[in-house]
Amino acid sequence: MGEQAIGAAVEAILFVFLIVLALYIARLRSLFAAAMLFGIFSLLAAGMQTMMDAVDVAFTEAAVGAGISTVLFLGALGLTTSEETRPLHHRITGLLVVTATGCLLAYGTLDMPAYGDPNAPIHQHVAPHYLEDSTAEIGIPNVVTSVLASYRGYDTFGETTVVLTAAVGAILLLGGSVATRSREEEDETSGSDGEGAS
Amino acid sequence: MSDATESIETPPSTPIKMRVRETLVLRVVGKALVPFILLFALYVQFHGDYGPGGGFQAGVIFAAGLILHALIFGLDALRDAVKPVVVEIGIAFGALLYGGVGLVSMLQGGEFLHYGVLDSHDPAHGQHLGILLVELGVGITVTFVMIAIFYAFAGRSRQ
Repeated sequence: MGEQAIGAAVEAILFVFLIVLALYIARLRSLFAAAMLFGIFSLLAAGMQTMMDAVDVAFTEAAVGAGISTVLFLGALGLTTSEETRPLHHRITGLLVVTATGCLLAYGTLDMPAYGDPNAPIHQHVAPHYLEDSTAEIGIPNVVTSVLASYRGYDTFGETTVVLTAAVGAILLLGGSVATRSREEEDETSGSDGEGAS
Repeated sequence: MSDATESIETPPSTPIKMRVRETLVLRVVGKALVPFILLFALYVQFHGDYGPGGGFQAGVIFAAGLILHALIFGLDALRDAVKPVVVEIGIAFGALLYGGVGLVSMLQGGEFLHYGVLDSHDPAHGQHLGILLVELGVGITVTFVMIAIFYAFAGRSRQ
């Protein structure tokens, strides 16, 4: 019981930190500070997910959210100003839209089963089969890996393709490695031409 | 509070080629950390059958380690170590490895991505092999995709 109380307290503290940080970032005008605080936000979210026993998700959140996306934010900041411009429109409209969406989402959660409820529909369908038979069928102790890589292999293949598409898009849109390389080669050839002429 | 905001509000003109390279402590500590991050990524990759983790997590951790290297020693150092051509081939190779495992399982007489038929003696061994290869494919693709996006962002300068 004591362990549960400590867990609940840690979750509450993390949650308060997340809310305070989100409000602070929303008010911040310095994009550099906002990018840094987004990293801390992701790290706290990863802590929250660890508390909820979703260690795989926490791993990804910490590495992508706190690590790589912060670096990408900084890279994007290098191409723009570090200060957010004052919005032209009234910000009250945005606040209303966000509040209404938030209220709708909160209203939607009222119908959801309680967190960790063993009678929730998601735990009644195929989950018992995975938990009981995966050791015999797949022979791997980690059921999450069995589900992701074998039972749901199609989904994971699709996800890998989505990630691949993201990189193709980034390379095409941002003029990634291929474009940079050909431009460098052009520079080299034009440079050698210039030397030859002189 | 205002002091803190002012100190971090220094405009980052070229953030990727940050001042990190000039700071000795960050350089030494970062250099020592990179191999351990890469080793941990490999652990997450190949221990995914037994503990939390798998291809995606391993891929992002591996890429994060390499990007840390680029932050310390500059983008060109990483470009020399991991050539853009290698990155582009790696992106496709991982996904092809995944799909290839599916095709091989079809050629062995099973359904697409049915790993049980990969080992003729014991379906569980086939599952082990299939999951290992598939996770490796995911790991390779994710690693190189993250580096490709990093190259695409960091390689651009304000014009």
